[in-house]
Parts: sequence; structure tokens; C-alpha cells
Amino acid sequence: MKILRWVLGLIFIALFFYYNFFIFQGDIIFKLINIILFSSLFVLFRVIFGPSPADRIVAVDILGILIVGMLALMGLHYENDFFVDVGLIWALLSFIASLAFAKILEGRSLDD
Amino acid sequence: MINETIGMIFIFVGIAFDFFGVLGLVRLPDVYNRLQAATKCVTFGSAGILFGAFIMQGFSSFGFKALLGIAFIFLTAPVAAHAISRAAHRSGIPLSNKTVVDFYKKDHELKE
Repeated sequence: MKILRWVLGLIFIALFFYYNFFIFQGDIIFKLINIILFSSLFVLFRVIFGPSPADRIVAVDILGILIVGMLALMGLHYENDFFVDVGLIWALLSFIASLAFAKILEGRSLDD
Repeated sequence: MINETIGMIFIFVGIAFDFFGVLGLVRLPDVYNRLQAATKCVTFGSAGILFGAFIMQGFSSFGFKALLGIAFIFLTAPVAAHAISRAAHRSGIPLSNKTVVDFYKKDHELKE
């Protein structure tokens, strides 16, 4: 059963990389953005099926950091720098949201 | 030309760190293991992408914003991870059954 899960996951990842690098026609930066979107699919899996509330909080925190890198790549492709502004604000807001979620998880109120 | 080559090398390394960190977020057995794998790898990966963008764009407004993004990520991500892990341990989320030692619980019992 464990071997079957390993093989299924490996086939899934290998199919994605084969499609991304050999069939998909596009710029090289678009292919890299596709890899980050595929990674955020795993993060959303952990958000939906996480066994405990802390798992979901960790996944949301990680998603915020991934999006910052993706926005930098989009700014490189479109030759425009307001994407990086969005990334800066996203990083700070994700930090504040993580601290607030941690406080609520611990059982304290927000103005403690 | 040489700037673009070096920047693309940094971006490739950052994408690889992102992908393996998210793979650790899915595969590891425990909240704390997932937290340490995902936070360290994804922080370094996104910082690598932003540094590659800085090298490709030079000292323009894009480059300075990318450097500011690296500073924000390096300041905020470890603090958020520490707060989440502390809140998870205090709210009683169980550790994995392969855990060898738990120093936080031992120190807390000594202090009581």
C-alpha cells in the first residue's frame, strides 16, 4: 500500500514535469511560474485535508511566502515593477495574519 | 548577458528549494516536522528568486524593491514560524510517535 502511494505520487510529478518542459510552448519564465503553481497545489492539499488546525495555519503561512516569489517572476516577465510592490505588502500582511492565528490557536484574545 | 545567466541560475536554485520544501510539507508525519522543513526551504527559495531578479534587473527600482522583499522575508518568516510552533505545543497538539526527546515540555515542568 505504501509502495503504491509512492509510485502514484512519482507518476503524478513526472507527468507534470514532462508536460511542462516538453509539450507546453511558452517562455522559460512561464514554465517556472507553472512549477510554483504546482507546488501551491500541494499546499492547498494540506490546507483542505490537514488533520489538526496547526497544519492549516502552517500551510497558509507557507502559501504567503510562495506567492511573493511568484510575483517577482511575473514582474520579470511583464517588465513591470508594481508586482513586487504587491509582493512586499503580501509578505507583511501574511506575517501579521500568522501571528494573529497563532494567538487564537493558543487560546488568547487579540488585544491580550 | 552574463547578468541574465547568473540571475537565471539563482532563480533555478530557488525554484528547486521551493519545490522540495513543499514536498516536505506534504510527506512528513508531524506538525513540527512539517513546519521546520517547509519554513526553512521556502524562505530560502523565495529569497533566491528575489535575488536572481535583483541580479537580472540591476540597480533600478525593481532591484531595490526585490532587495527590500528579501529583508522583509528574512525578518518575518522565522518569527511567524516560532509563534506558530509555540502556540501548537501549548494548545496540546500531539507529537509524532517516533519522537525521541521533548525539551520544551521538560523545561516547562521544571519551571512549574
